[in-house]
Amino acid sequence: MMDTVGHTHTGPHAPRPDHDDTLTHHKMLEIAVRELMIEKGILTADEIRVAIEQMDARGPHQGAKIVAKAWTDAAFKARLLKDGTAGAEEAGVQMDHATRLVVVENTPDVHNLVVCTLCSCYPRMVLGLPPDWYKSRAYRSRAANEPRAVLAEFGTRLPEHVAVRVHDSTADMRYLVLPMRPKGTDGYDEAKLAALVTRDSMIGVTTL
Amino acid sequence: MNPRFAVGSRVNVRRGNPPGHIRTPYYIRGKSGVIERICGEFRNPEELAYGRSGEPKRVLYRVRFAQKDIWPGYSGQVNDTIDIELYEHWLEQ
Repeated sequence: MMDTVGHTHTGPHAPRPDHDDTLTHHKMLEIAVRELMIEKGILTADEIRVAIEQMDARGPHQGAKIVAKAWTDAAFKARLLKDGTAGAEEAGVQMDHATRLVVVENTPDVHNLVVCTLCSCYPRMVLGLPPDWYKSRAYRSRAANEPRAVLAEFGTRLPEHVAVRVHDSTADMRYLVLPMRPKGTDGYDEAKLAALVTRDSMIGVTTL
Repeated sequence: MNPRFAVGSRVNVRRGNPPGHIRTPYYIRGKSGVIERICGEFRNPEELAYGRSGEPKRVLYRVRFAQKDIWPGYSGQVNDTIDIELYEHWLEQ
């Protein structure tokens, strides 16, 4: 096995470069701004840690809770579709008000798919951090101009009569797909239903 | 809020190609769609990007376009659509 400087290793433990050993321009900029803000007393290191922990604690389980509540409570679903942010809060998810949540409902005739063609806008308050593929140029361009091909690559084949409705998240709205409730779940309570709801189904690349 | 366009009305996206931070995707400029909903008023991100106030606020719409009108040779179905958030200053009747 050859490493990047040409040494030959025969053992299983050839050294590999660390991913965090290059100080790029933007990494330096982030460190400089962070240190300055702490020095000037605008933020404390502890506040930054808390914000990161809060971000890391968000995840698809929150979106799943909203979806399961909508499946079991028709009046809540109506309120959620009318105002996604208020609906999410009603379901117990803490929202910031920098953006507004729009919930779009899959039906037997309509399938929704979310993309951000300009960058990587994602409903972080309800789904956490986006998967890497969501931020890729391939997804961002192809979800817009050949959504059915993208869906097929995720194993999602829709009947021809189903309209594919793509949502390009270009400004202040964030989108959560309300998937269709799977068949055979009639007796399930909210917790059991929520466990069925996947991240990808709430982005719209898959169904349940 | 005093929106210029009503839900259901047909609008055209301006063809402009100004430099800088623009939130109207290139692929939709010059295309025609229908107002799906009025999202509210927001500070203009094309100004906020340069540290300016973004005031006055701009009305933001969701506009629905038929995919077959956007992409030459679109391979999906005729009823497939794409909804895009667009600020009022990018729309004309």
